[in-house]
Amino acid sequence: MKITSLLPLAFSIAAVASVVTAGEDSTLSVEGEVFVTKIAAPAHLENVDEIFSGWTYRRDETQALQMDDFENPSFVFIDQALDQFEMVEGSAGKACSSCHESAEVFSGLRASMPRVNSAGELETIPELINNCRTERMGAEKWKWSGGQMSAMLGLIGLQSRGMALNVAIDGPAASFWEKGKELYYQRVGQLDMACSSCHEDNYGNMIRADHLSQGQINGFPTYRLKNAKLNTIHGRFKGCMKNIRATPFKEGSDEFKALELYVASRANGLSVETPSVRN
Amino acid sequence: MRLTKITLAAVVALGSASFAETTAPGNIKFGENGGIELSLTSVAGDAASGRKIFMNRKKGNCLACHVNSDMAEQTFHGEVGPELDGVADRWEAAELRGILVNSKNMFEGTIMPAFYRDSGYNRILKKFDGKTILSAQEVEDLLAYVMTLKE
Ligand code: HEC
Ligand code: HEC
Ligand code: HEC
Repeated sequence: MKITSLLPLAFSIAAVASVVTAGEDSTLSVEGEVFVTKIAAPAHLENVDEIFSGWTYRRDETQALQMDDFENPSFVFIDQALDQFEMVEGSAGKACSSCHESAEVFSGLRASMPRVNSAGELETIPELINNCRTERMGAEKWKWSGGQMSAMLGLIGLQSRGMALNVAIDGPAASFWEKGKELYYQRVGQLDMACSSCHEDNYGNMIRADHLSQGQINGFPTYRLKNAKLNTIHGRFKGCMKNIRATPFKEGSDEFKALELYVASRANGLSVETPSVRN
Repeated sequence: MRLTKITLAAVVALGSASFAETTAPGNIKFGENGGIELSLTSVAGDAASGRKIFMNRKKGNCLACHVNSDMAEQTFHGEVGPELDGVADRWEAAELRGILVNSKNMFEGTIMPAFYRDSGYNRILKKFDGKTILSAQEVEDLLAYVMTLKE
């Protein structure tokens, strides 16, 4: 009797211990759901055998914040997005909820974006949202990385949490993907580096106080301790380019959309972690 | 009283800028191995100033990628490049000058930035366009410091 009751305790101690040891073998679980944070690289990756979520490389305290929805500061913004979803705006007198029953209808969307639409254009979630706002609600566009947009991206992304990222790179997506790949390996800025210089050649290494990850996007939008808000994918790309003293592409530009598709494809197989927590 | 001090400082600053000879990035003569024999300036390098440039995040930021035991007081040392302890035993001054000016001549495809190159960049931020990361004197100061890293 005693022994059986002790067993779960032993397990929970082991679980805590694995959280404390940050690194490539730690396990991410949220609300009892275990996430894939490490998996064999997708076949198209030539120089990397295994892919890792950025969560892997964060400190224990930061990792822990993402493991408990009550601790995860992202949910403050996601709650705001839930209210926004019901809010009537624009000349058509509609709210998101007038046409979409609830945010849950977007389950699976985050895992397969960006994608090419029937008109042959590469489209991203912010564009789909703004299209509904301008074309269907008669409301103003949201700024790409503004508070309302990043919160809504958090709410929509959350509906795919735990699903494997699986963006299409063939067929009509192929040319966008090739362009994104070129940008990923192109050296830019006064420091003359490519995304690959840090996120492919040096992940796992410290660059001064930063533990370099593979620069994966499976956790976006991401709550960053540094700026205490949800950050978009293109916002992060922009920051990395500025750090190497390069003129960033514009958020929502064809370049960043192609880069997003390519970077997303490097994470194919990892779980969607939206909303993740990073430093 | 105050005024004289300021003017004096301005004159001194102007003086050193106009009289020190410096070699522009485009006029540097690299040796066959990527080294540079001649100093980039007529003023001898100052190792103490070089030590500061080494750790300064907006200057050399060498510590971002290299461990350096001489700076054990600094909390974070990067591990992207090799440790620089004893590096002056491994390389001659001319070679080290070449590595600082443009390490790409020695290490093909390296991630290490070229600290004294002012052209040939892609999408460089406007405020850095046409500029080098370090000035010629800063490179010489840094070299004087790196030359002290012996074991
Ligand atoms: C007037 C009705 C209407 C309103 C209001 C509206 N949408 Fe839409 N939305 C649509 C239609 C129609 C589509 C395209 C068909 C579909 O995929 O459901 C769509 C598509 C989408 C998609 C892409 C879904 C997918 O799987 O491809 C997203 C995301 C979306 N809307 C978000 C929003 C958000 C967020 C709001 C509020 C800011 C909103 N919509 C307001 C009608 C509307
Ligand atoms: C000088 C090195 C460096 C370069 C070059 C660089 N980054 Fe980063 N990047 C970082 C650092 C440091 C972080 C924060 C720690 C981490 O996750 O690696 C980061 C974080 C990221 C993240 C967030 C990862 C997460 O888990 O939330 C993404 C995405 C990213 N970078 C993409 C890019 C892209 C795309 C490029 C090329 C345009 C690029 N980076 C270029 C250093 C770099
Ligand atoms: C972004 C990372 C990075 C930065 C910043 C950097 N280096 Fe390097 N450095 C490297 C790498 C990587 C190598 C190894 C050469 C290669 O790429 O194969 C190297 C090599 C060297 C070497 C040759 C070492 C040896 O033992 O062979 C010296 C000397 C050196 N660096 C000095 C410096 C100095 C001084 C600074 C600051 C002005 C600096 N580095 C900044 C990455 C960096």
